[in-house]
This record gives sequence, C-alpha cells and structure tokens, in this order.
Amino acid sequence: MEATVARPAEVARRAGAVPAARWLVWGAFAVVLLVAPLLFPSSLGRSMLSQVGIAIVACLSYNILLGQGGMLSFGHAVYTGLGTFVAVHALLGIGNGTLPIPVSLIPLVGGVAGMFFAVLLGYVTTKKAGTPFAMITLGIGELVTAMALMVPEFFGGEGGISANRTAGKPFLGITYGPQIQVYYLLAVYTFACTAAMYAFTRTPLGRMLNAVRDNPERVEFIGYSTQRVRYFSFVIAGFFAGIAGGMYALNFEIATAEVVGAGRSGAYLLFTFLGGATFFFGPIIGGVLMVLGIGLFSELTKAWQLYLGLIFMFMVMYAPGGIASLIMMNLRVAAHRKLHRLWGWYALLTAGALVMLAGSAALIELVYHLQLGATSGPTLQYVGMTLDIGAASSWLGALAVAAIGLALFEFVRRRFALAWGRIQSEIETTMTFKEPS
Amino acid sequence: MSETPAYALELKALRKSFGKTEIIRDTNLAVMPGERVAIIGPNGAGKSTLFNLISGRFGPTSGQILLKGRRIDGLTPYEINRLGLARSFQITNIFGRLSVFENLRCGLLWSMGYRYAFWKFLADLKDANERAEQLLAMIRLEPKRDTLAINLTYAEQRALEIGITIAGGADVVLLDEPTAGMSKSETRRFVELIREVTVGKTLLTVEHDMSVVFGLADKIAVLVYGEVIAFDVPEAVRGSQRVQEAYLGSMDREGAAS
Repeated sequence: MEATVARPAEVARRAGAVPAARWLVWGAFAVVLLVAPLLFPSSLGRSMLSQVGIAIVACLSYNILLGQGGMLSFGHAVYTGLGTFVAVHALLGIGNGTLPIPVSLIPLVGGVAGMFFAVLLGYVTTKKAGTPFAMITLGIGELVTAMALMVPEFFGGEGGISANRTAGKPFLGITYGPQIQVYYLLAVYTFACTAAMYAFTRTPLGRMLNAVRDNPERVEFIGYSTQRVRYFSFVIAGFFAGIAGGMYALNFEIATAEVVGAGRSGAYLLFTFLGGATFFFGPIIGGVLMVLGIGLFSELTKAWQLYLGLIFMFMVMYAPGGIASLIMMNLRVAAHRKLHRLWGWYALLTAGALVMLAGSAALIELVYHLQLGATSGPTLQYVGMTLDIGAASSWLGALAVAAIGLALFEFVRRRFALAWGRIQSEIETTMTFKEPS
Repeated sequence: MSETPAYALELKALRKSFGKTEIIRDTNLAVMPGERVAIIGPNGAGKSTLFNLISGRFGPTSGQILLKGRRIDGLTPYEINRLGLARSFQITNIFGRLSVFENLRCGLLWSMGYRYAFWKFLADLKDANERAEQLLAMIRLEPKRDTLAINLTYAEQRALEIGITIAGGADVVLLDEPTAGMSKSETRRFVELIREVTVGKTLLTVEHDMSVVFGLADKIAVLVYGEVIAFDVPEAVRGSQRVQEAYLGSMDREGAAS
C-alpha cells in the first residue's frame, strides 16, 4: 500500500523550488479556460463548460473539508444551494431595480450567502469531528431540504424560483444574454477561486487544518483549538461553495429545492473523491468528471448511476487517492525513467478491463431493459449488436464475455501489482540513498 | 505586574478519580523554575494521569494546579499551552502526513502570533521558518526535512515528538517517557538531546529507565498509588528507606523477573 501514500509535501516543495513551473501550470490553466469555448462552440458545449467551472469551484470548496480537513460532509449542497437561492433573489432584485449591483457580482452575493450560512450552521457542525460531524451535516442537509419545501415564499416550493440574468444594464455591450459571455464571467470566477483556495492551503490556518486532519489531539497541545480551526475553515469552504452556487444561479437562472438536496451533496463527495482528495488539483478533475458523468453519461444509458456507483466502488477499493494520486504516482515513476516498463501492463489491463466492461455492461443493460424498457419490445441495441432479453444466448454470451474479462483482468492485475511493487521499491531505494546528501 | 512567582509549577492537594477509583490522591508538588524533575513510580502509580491533569487533558476532581503562580486547573489544553506549558506523549503523537519541517512549523505558529491567519503565506513568515529550521537542526533531522513524519524511523519520530513539544518555546516542558522503546545507545544519545534542547527550561519527565532518571534529573519525585511519597535530590531519594520499600525494591524485583 506504500504506493498509494501521497506525498504532497515533497511535491509542494519541488513546486516551491521551481516557481517557474508553478507559473507554467497556472498559465496553462488560464489558457485552457480561455480557449475551451473555442474548441466546443456548440451551445451544449459551452453550457457544459460553464457547468464544469461551477463544479470545479464546488468540488474544490468541498475538498477544503474532505481532503484538507478530514471532515466528511454529507451536506455541502446546503452552502452551494443556499448560495444559489440568495443569488437568484439578488438577480430578481437587480431586475426590479431594488438592488443596485452589476450582474457580474452575483456569484459574490452567493459567496457571502454561503459564508453567512456556514457561520450560522457551521458553528454547530464543527463542534464535533469524525462521525458525529458527518451525522450533523447529514441532519442539517435534511433540515434545509425540508425547509426548502416548507417555505415557498423564499424557496418557491416545487417549482423553485427563477430570474433573468440579462436584467442588469449592459456594460460595454455585455448583457449576459449569450452563453459565451456567461462562460467567460464564470471562467474568471473559476480561476480566481481556484487561485484563492490554493493560496489558502499555504497559509497558517490552511496548514493547521491539515494538522487537525492528521492528529486533532496533538493540535490542542500546541496552542490551537481544533474546533476553531475546523470552524474557520468551514466558513471559508462555505464562502467558496456559495460562490459556486451564485455561478450556478447565473448559468441556469433558476433555483429549485434540488440544489440543496442530499443528491447534490453526495455528488460533491463522490466526484471530489474520484478526482482525488489528497491533492489540491484532484477536485478539478472531479469537477470535470461530474459534468461529464451527469451530463453525458446519462445520455448514453439509463443505468448511468449504477455505472457511477461501480466506478466509485472500484476507486475506493483500488485507488483511494483518486485519479489525481494515480497521475502523481505515475509521474513519479516517469520521473525515475521507469514508466516504459509499465506501458505493456497498462495495455493489458485496459484490454482486460474493456472485455470485462463489455460483458458486464451488456448484462446491466439487459437487466435494465427487462425491468424498465420491456414495453418497447424484447430487443435492445448494444454497441451495434441486437440483444434479446428472451434469448438465452444474449444472457449467456454477456455472462461469458464478462467472466473472461474478469479472469483476464485479475490475471494481469496480480502480475502488474508485483511489477509495480518492484518499481516502487527501486525508487524508494534510490531516494534513501540520495537523501543524506 | 505582580512579583515573580517562586514556583514554575505547583500542585496543591490534587485529586483525580475515575468513577470510584482514585488515581491521584492528595498530591502536592512544587517545582522551581529551571529545575529538572523526574517522576518515577511503579506502573499504575498515576504518572501519566498526573501529566494529563497538568496539561489539561483531564480536569482534576479537586485541588489546584498553578503554572507560574496562575491557576490552570480546568483550562483547556490549548489555553494551558498558550500560558507556556508544553508536553510530549508516551505514544508518538505527530502529524503523519505532514513533512518533518511542517510538523515543527505547526508547533510554533501559535506562539509566534500567527494564530488562525489565512491572509498570510507560510512561505513569507521568515521568523517562523528560520525558527523551524533551527529546531530541525537541534533535533538533528535536517536530512529528513521533507520526509513525511509517518515515514520516519521510531527514534526519529521520538525526536520529532520532542521537537514539536519545544517548538512553541514553552518554559515548562512535560516529557512522558521520552525514551520508551529505545535501545540503550539510542537512549544515551536521546538523553543528551533532551538535555540540550531544554536548557533553561523547567522540565518534568516520566521515566522508567533509572540511568536516564539519575542522569537527567535535579530532583526526583516518587509517585506511589497516586501520592508523592518523596521529592528530593537523587541521592536523598536513593537513600530513602521509604522509597526503597515502596518502589525501588519492587523495581529491582521487576528487573530481575524480566
């Protein structure tokens, strides 16, 4: 398991030693944000890119709790969602002239709202850590969801509340009518929030939050109240969550009870974890996956949540550091010029995984069709083939492919694990030799 | 400004019970500034409990604890720490996923006034970083500066434990079995290290190794069944009939048995 132990400190130090590399990374991030809508000019593409920006800010803010503070929250959508509601109200206020602020500040309104509710609710939440913390977040999440339906004056009941983002006065021709204008505003917020949250990890409070995660007891004996550290960090996370909520309000111009719901909170947890909670950039990957997963995957198959659950399960079991840690571990191997020894294994692993996936996906689709889609006839299209829920050949064939894939994958995986372990121990040895110098 | 209190640490009629069991009963102790006191006693005498009471992990059932003349009983561990008392732990208690350097820096942030600051970069805190580097040199872990604490050897982790403890510059330091689990040669080096890094500080240690006790301490407090039965210079304690009966004899038997 040594391989999965992340080494953020080492990485951070290397980054600190080479500030040029840091500028390069941030520059690249800015360029990606800048040119992305040119690569995906369709309205769907641009809408999804806007959502990616929102999801990145939301997942990063969630990771202040999960990855940096060891706080497993099941209610983060409370802060993004309430941010959305307040932001939509602010947008309405701009529309009827009672709120004299520019539309471009709406995400900040969401941020202040998120922070306000984090100050209020977070005080109770952060009294505890660990399991009680998780329980309280769950409770508060349910509470706010119930409130959303009980107070239609503010939350708009079942239908939610909607507003118009073009309500403000145009500024230099910017009306926020076209999606591209919204995208670039959200991109600016995404970049600024990412930079600010990265900066937070390098401050005294940010570091003490890591200390509280690692060993809360010891923190109390070096002068810090763990509760305060958690609380202040929670408020900061709430602020950025609220900004994400405000960005959402601008993008969708509507807030429904669903935005504060447990489903959304769960999605933040799931995708932050998938992206990788142990590295700062993990949730950025998570945010991208969230939009792709929910937006595109759901178009491909009705069973998309089942696939998502499976992926999540496999990640928890085999790569608890998420995709970010997979990347970092392979970069380490590459840095020691040993990556070429793994390509073959990766090819074989991928082949095994694909065969397994093809078989099990066929089974899943068959079951789904049997349960939900049978009214549309006994057959279904599956990667160019026609499967029949009444035919034994379809079931047996899918089962056989899945079994062969599983056997192949497991066969390769065991040998790969040995090769991987060998390479890791080689790297450890060279590093121990180098260290005293 | 009141006059300087005579004692660095004073325990007055201290009692602690867990349920019906009285672990500390009527303990009195007065430690002068700069004194090095070793607390010895058979297993279960209440040595660790005493440390937990002083450092605020538990509140006493009755009695008083005074740090530099100020009552600290009933305060939280962090409040006590801010008043200038630091402790180490018998079981290594460090920040596993932070580097050695980060561990030390965390240990001194509060004392240098950085508190909960989120508007300053750690990299810009020149004084804190210099002090952390100094500490790193003091505990001789410079080669391991950027190693994650979890990857250190046991002896290195013990050194880091001491480093975090002294990082905040507290003038009263409690070390709970600092050499537990170390080999003879490691222990010898480690005692030297403790001596170095606690120069000028008031030091209380819980220790089982008699060579460490007699090598390190100016005074020895003997704790038996929750009571301090002797508190004197090592020679006097060694010669005390009462201590011999109550403790050192049993210690010899323990040693012979093992």
